[in-house]
Amino acid sequence: MAKITLSNLRHSYLPNPSGPEDYALKEIDLDWQDGGAYALLGPSGCGKSTLLNIISGLLTPSEGRILFDDRDVTDLPPDQRNIAQVFQFPVIYDTMTVRDNLAFPLRNRGVHEGRIAERVAEIAQMLEVEEMLDIRASHLSPDNKQKISMGRGLVRDDVNVVMFDEPLTVIDPHLKWKLRSKLKELHQRVRATMIYVTHDQTEALTFADQVVVMQDGEIVQIGTPVELFERPQHTFVGHFIGSPGMNVLPAEESDGAVRFQGRQVALEGAVTGQGGTTQIGVRPEFVSLADAGLPARVHKVSDVGRHAVVEAMVGDTAVKAIVEGELPEQGAEIHLAFRPDHTRLYRDGWLSTEART
Amino acid sequence: MKTENQKAWFFVLPVLLLVAFNALVPIMTVVNYSVQETFGNNVFFWQGLDWFEQILRSDRFQAALGRQFLFTFLILIIEIPLGIIIALSMPKKGMWVPVCLVLMALPMLIPWNVVGAMWNIFTLPKIGLLGYFMNDVLGIAYDMTQNPFAAWVTIIVMDVWHWTSLVVLLSYAGLVSIPDAYYQAAKIDGASPWKVFRYIQLPKMKTVLTIAILLRFMDSFNIYTEPFVLTGGGPGNSTTLLSIDLVKIALGQFDLGPAAAMSLIYFAITLLVSWLFYTLMTKDDAQ
Ligand SMILES: Nc1ncnc2c1ncn2[C@@H]1O[C@H](COP(=O)(O)OP(=O)(O)O)[C@@H](O)[C@H]1O
Ligand SMILES: [Mg+2]
Repeated sequence: MAKITLSNLRHSYLPNPSGPEDYALKEIDLDWQDGGAYALLGPSGCGKSTLLNIISGLLTPSEGRILFDDRDVTDLPPDQRNIAQVFQFPVIYDTMTVRDNLAFPLRNRGVHEGRIAERVAEIAQMLEVEEMLDIRASHLSPDNKQKISMGRGLVRDDVNVVMFDEPLTVIDPHLKWKLRSKLKELHQRVRATMIYVTHDQTEALTFADQVVVMQDGEIVQIGTPVELFERPQHTFVGHFIGSPGMNVLPAEESDGAVRFQGRQVALEGAVTGQGGTTQIGVRPEFVSLADAGLPARVHKVSDVGRHAVVEAMVGDTAVKAIVEGELPEQGAEIHLAFRPDHTRLYRDGWLSTEART
Repeated sequence: MKTENQKAWFFVLPVLLLVAFNALVPIMTVVNYSVQETFGNNVFFWQGLDWFEQILRSDRFQAALGRQFLFTFLILIIEIPLGIIIALSMPKKGMWVPVCLVLMALPMLIPWNVVGAMWNIFTLPKIGLLGYFMNDVLGIAYDMTQNPFAAWVTIIVMDVWHWTSLVVLLSYAGLVSIPDAYYQAAKIDGASPWKVFRYIQLPKMKTVLTIAILLRFMDSFNIYTEPFVLTGGGPGNSTTLLSIDLVKIALGQFDLGPAAAMSLIYFAITLLVSWLFYTLMTKDDAQ
């Protein structure tokens, strides 16, 4: 068990990277606290697997160091780092039984057979695969194979961190939910650090205490699910998390006032910085229909169950609002109001207003 | 309701005719010869299973069969492991892959009789490069035309040179189909290189290796041209393999009856051993 520190980490798959676009990971500085349940969230190709493989030692970073409790492990191979990793597609040893598959990481480390039997039984019970222990692993269905892969990651009790790289891709939706809550439950029991990689916000938000959001090889925000929702540090986070995502609207800045479609908009706090491209960010949850405010024309109304999403045009810009109760007609002229404490300015994508005190 | 349509048979008919002419008819002709005796002039006498009994009891046949099994056994235990080792050490990606593949394929592209002639000239004492080098430079007495042991070493080395590539290419195809994640997981699980081979690479190569062993068995068990051109079955009878002996009986002595009986026995043995191999190799998957 250890705290994991990534310091000034950069990685490029090219031998001679020139610009920042050649880097799969650009400048990562991050601490993973011992015992945390983390999710690493970001779209495909943003560098999540690369980051994971660097922590596990499958990849050596082009630049930067990795510390486990202040011990530099950058040059150590995976088997000397005491980590476990589960991959996107199931990896099982075809010729072995399920039992031998689960015991494999322990046998390779010379754990004595009595202890192995104990651990295998424990993990098998947890994953509900006890009745399969003596059949050949190659005969299993894909989701059971993945369960066994996960079991091999969880069977060791001395690991610094267990990492899951989109482990539920091949699993049926109803089992997905079950396995995820199993993992969460397991984390609370064993208190090992876990990093769960996914591009699915629901998965990330339900599993993790802390979510690390990545985009294009960079970390854009680290926070609890509530923090990511309430105060996105970057328009990407606002847009990526939430359904529908945050409204990101073009804004003009003049004489200390911020305007959208020519009308001044009240923000959560004072504006910081200057120059660059400015945008207003406000979640649909904090946009409401009002008697006065921004004039808009209803473009589309979609009822999604508990509430409806109203898409209205303000000038040439679409703004989404979540509305409960009475719904406007399509084409109706309405007024929109933004809740000031949830309306923020973003400069070149990054949050640029002070928090309300 | 299911409609029955018998038209499909017409489409199979051409293939059936083809198989009849290139397999059934020749085999039945051989069966016909194997139970009769002839003294020429197209006069035949019924002989029953006498030829089969005579062949199976003859020392000559048993010796040739023994040499044949020895030959096949030796080339298999050399070519299969060697092929796997070469495949394992070939690059998995990069510019050297096509170079390696072409180099590997080259020996297989050379016709059998040319291979025999090449190795004959190569190994002849005084004339051949290898023969000269062994005798006159290293001072090791090596003459495959006189010494049975040298003749055996030569035909084995020749076959290994000619056919190991087949095992290499098939094993390589099996190896490159293994996803990276398997190797990564093995590293995480702390598996040694031997365990990676034993539990990942070998199981993934099993299907192609079954094919490789079967092909090499059948090919080497029926081998004729190369050893015939190289040693002619000599010195003495030391490298007279089954097929060489068969041709001697059939065309040298013109004993059509015994030769036909021998062909059928030969065929049956090849079939039986292939079937045994296949059943043993695929037994685990069936359960
Ligand atoms: N082995 C590799 N060689 C070259 N480029 C790679 C390799 N693996 C990943 N990349 C590139 O690095 C970037 C990040 O990939 P990855 O870490 O797999 O993203 P994610 O797991 O978030 O989908 C992508 O642009 C991808 O094309
Ligand atoms: Mg990935």
